[in-house]
Amino acid sequence: MPSTRRRLLAASALFGLAIPATARTLKEALPWSPNEAYPPERVVPGPWVFFTAGEAATVEAIADRVIPADELGPGGKEAGCAVFIDRQLAGPYGTSAWLYMRPPFARGTPSQGLQDEDPPAVQYRKGLGALTSYCTGRYGGRRFEALTPQQQDEVLTAMEKGEAKDPGADLRGFFEQLLNNMTEGFFADPIYGGNKDMCGWRLLGFPGTRYDYREVIAAPNQKYTLPPVALTGRPEWMR
Amino acid sequence: MRRLPAKDVVVIGLGWTGSIMALELCRAGLDVVAIERGPWRDTPTDFPPNVAPDELRNSIRQDIFLRPAQETLTFRNSLEQTALPIRRFGSFLLGNGVGGSGVHWNGQTWRFLPTDFRARSHLIERYGEGFLPPDNTIQDWPMSYEEMEPYYDRFEYVCGISGKAGNLKGERQEGGNPFEGARQRDYPTPPMRQGQAPGMFAKAAAELGFHPFPCPSANMSQAYTNPYGMRLAPCTYCGFCERFGCGNYSKSSPQSCVLPALIRHPGFEGRTDCQVTKINLTPDRKRATGVTYVDLQGQEWEQPAELVLVCAYGLFNTRLLLLSGIGQPYDPVRNEGVVGRNYAYQITTGVNGFFDNVEMNLWAGAGAHGMIIDDFNGDNFDHAPHGFVGGAYLAGYATNARPITARPTPPGTPRWGAQWKKVTAESYNRTANVGTHGSVMSYRGSYLDLDPTYKDQFGLPLMRLTFDFHENELKMSRYCTDRAVEIARAMGAKSMQVGYRQGPYSVVPYQTTHNTGGTVMGNDPKTSVVNRYTQSWDVPNVFVSGASLFPQNAGYNPTGTVGALAYWAVEAIRDRYLKNPGRLVDA
Repeated sequence: MPSTRRRLLAASALFGLAIPATARTLKEALPWSPNEAYPPERVVPGPWVFFTAGEAATVEAIADRVIPADELGPGGKEAGCAVFIDRQLAGPYGTSAWLYMRPPFARGTPSQGLQDEDPPAVQYRKGLGALTSYCTGRYGGRRFEALTPQQQDEVLTAMEKGEAKDPGADLRGFFEQLLNNMTEGFFADPIYGGNKDMCGWRLLGFPGTRYDYREVIAAPNQKYTLPPVALTGRPEWMR
Repeated sequence: MRRLPAKDVVVIGLGWTGSIMALELCRAGLDVVAIERGPWRDTPTDFPPNVAPDELRNSIRQDIFLRPAQETLTFRNSLEQTALPIRRFGSFLLGNGVGGSGVHWNGQTWRFLPTDFRARSHLIERYGEGFLPPDNTIQDWPMSYEEMEPYYDRFEYVCGISGKAGNLKGERQEGGNPFEGARQRDYPTPPMRQGQAPGMFAKAAAELGFHPFPCPSANMSQAYTNPYGMRLAPCTYCGFCERFGCGNYSKSSPQSCVLPALIRHPGFEGRTDCQVTKINLTPDRKRATGVTYVDLQGQEWEQPAELVLVCAYGLFNTRLLLLSGIGQPYDPVRNEGVVGRNYAYQITTGVNGFFDNVEMNLWAGAGAHGMIIDDFNGDNFDHAPHGFVGGAYLAGYATNARPITARPTPPGTPRWGAQWKKVTAESYNRTANVGTHGSVMSYRGSYLDLDPTYKDQFGLPLMRLTFDFHENELKMSRYCTDRAVEIARAMGAKSMQVGYRQGPYSVVPYQTTHNTGGTVMGNDPKTSVVNRYTQSWDVPNVFVSGASLFPQNAGYNPTGTVGALAYWAVEAIRDRYLKNPGRLVDA
């Protein structure tokens, strides 16, 4: 997520950071300056920011079972789903910085929604630890990424159904978190580190951020044939 | 606390109603200051076309919305439960910053039905009092549709709404909504062009004997210049409308329709990132002296003013009145008091139809792009056989098939793995949705008050929402959803995913940001917070705007009515109140 100057100012009020700030006054002219904009920072593949090497290997293995590579296109690992999640967990999403996290924390009804004290970064650390403990206990000391694809599917299915238990974390809840973040990474704009070369969009036939489809509306029920475009353009424009 | 020089008017919140009322009062010669909780936002800076279409940032992580860390509310389904904070917004997504919810809205711009304005009287006349649901607090609006018509017209022409009239001065118009109240003239711009899925919906609905028409839309069908001289451009059906700012100046918003005229007006000043915490009163509590607000550094300021306009999002209007001690808080046990009373919502469902051999191309669309039938809304049909009141419109919208969110698969499809991938790829462009958008009545147990436990960043109590769906609404929604299934079947769906709404109401899945009530208007101070001119019964130099005024919620998106009420109220302030500042209606 972008951390823009203006948003930082807002954050300083929320978290008591010592950043000098003054409120903006709107008077006589629109407060506009040339080229002022707040694009997101582009994720550059490279060393893991949040995950340990072991955690990253597990998440990449999960990505390839949730979204397997096949004749339809790349799988979750090649698409960069683990890179996406790594960078998200290192940002405000990982710490729930934008959410209401004041105590007291209490267990509510399902209709009252999220009441967990742990932000996603902590849930991943605990969840991946519990998953490793579950796998090594059940499969002769082997971690998730060392299992056969059939065994990996068996583990994920048990997590999804609430049959996989470990004292370290709620593995059913962690599965939902993983599934959500995997599909976010696969279908979000590639600028966030997943959906490499727009492989998720190509799978669907989503043409991306072209921003003008008047021709499509004028001629209904036609297959759209132009390749997708993302916030940073197309891969062939950058080579 | 530092005290600032006095102004004629202080406006709390710079969204649709705040910007409209500020501009009209500046033009009447008053000095106006607007205090806005969130940041300045504008088209070229905050949502240019190379930044705006970002589903993860805006829709999923909710960058464009109010963050719960800044302000949220607590929630429970019933009085017996302990409310807990909404830590992440889900069921509704609230605006923040200049433009408010007018930045991210879809643009579906409706008028309520004439019978909605006299809901209680009308239902009793037609069905008898015993027909109304138990514990309801349904009441008439303090004005008629006919009185509101010129103000609806005004707002629609400021926005440039694209649509087709169904009733011009009582004459039925082919192709429009045959159930709507009479309009003095047609919409300012013609309807949007409809694509594949809305076309299939309209054809199927007409074959079933219903009356399809294009949704009245704040996404422009053609270029338009509004009465303030603001110019809007034709919508490009980019597919990033709801939950996004428009980079094309094609969606009516305070930014595209009002703010440039307002900010250039010498009588106006706005302050952003400043949160009003209280409306200040004289010791006898009969008059407001201005507001207190806190800036980004935590510095507290007093802004004195002769007139206070409460123009925040409806939920926060109610909270401000409660925090300021204006009006008697509602007590649901004794059924006394008014502030926080008659909170209502809407009830929505969707039917996903899966088709063969078609290219829906729903990624090409806009927020208010689609075809509608109004045959089952309000009291447009005889409710006697059904045992419920209220209704819903049914819609074949093309409001964006964004890939993180809009990938429905037929029932029985796994949620991950090779089969999921295959079916997702096959279904994505062959799915169409028929939605229902229904009314929620007001009830004794549905209300807003201050939470006893949870506080905001300033140590002030959060607002507490107590709400659940009632049997009347669940019944109505099921009936209308069954009609949506009939239409999807007539469209040729080979399979369907039908999402009936079940109780209890949950704050988790997105439903609608159409929260109403809390500062209800009416003719009786015992059952309303403000009078028919939106003026506080208790503190006559305080006026309240927004959907918090609605006595109960109709089956339509609220912004058209919210905008009309802003023009209605500001005209009363300008032409009546300023000449003789005091109560406009005797209690």
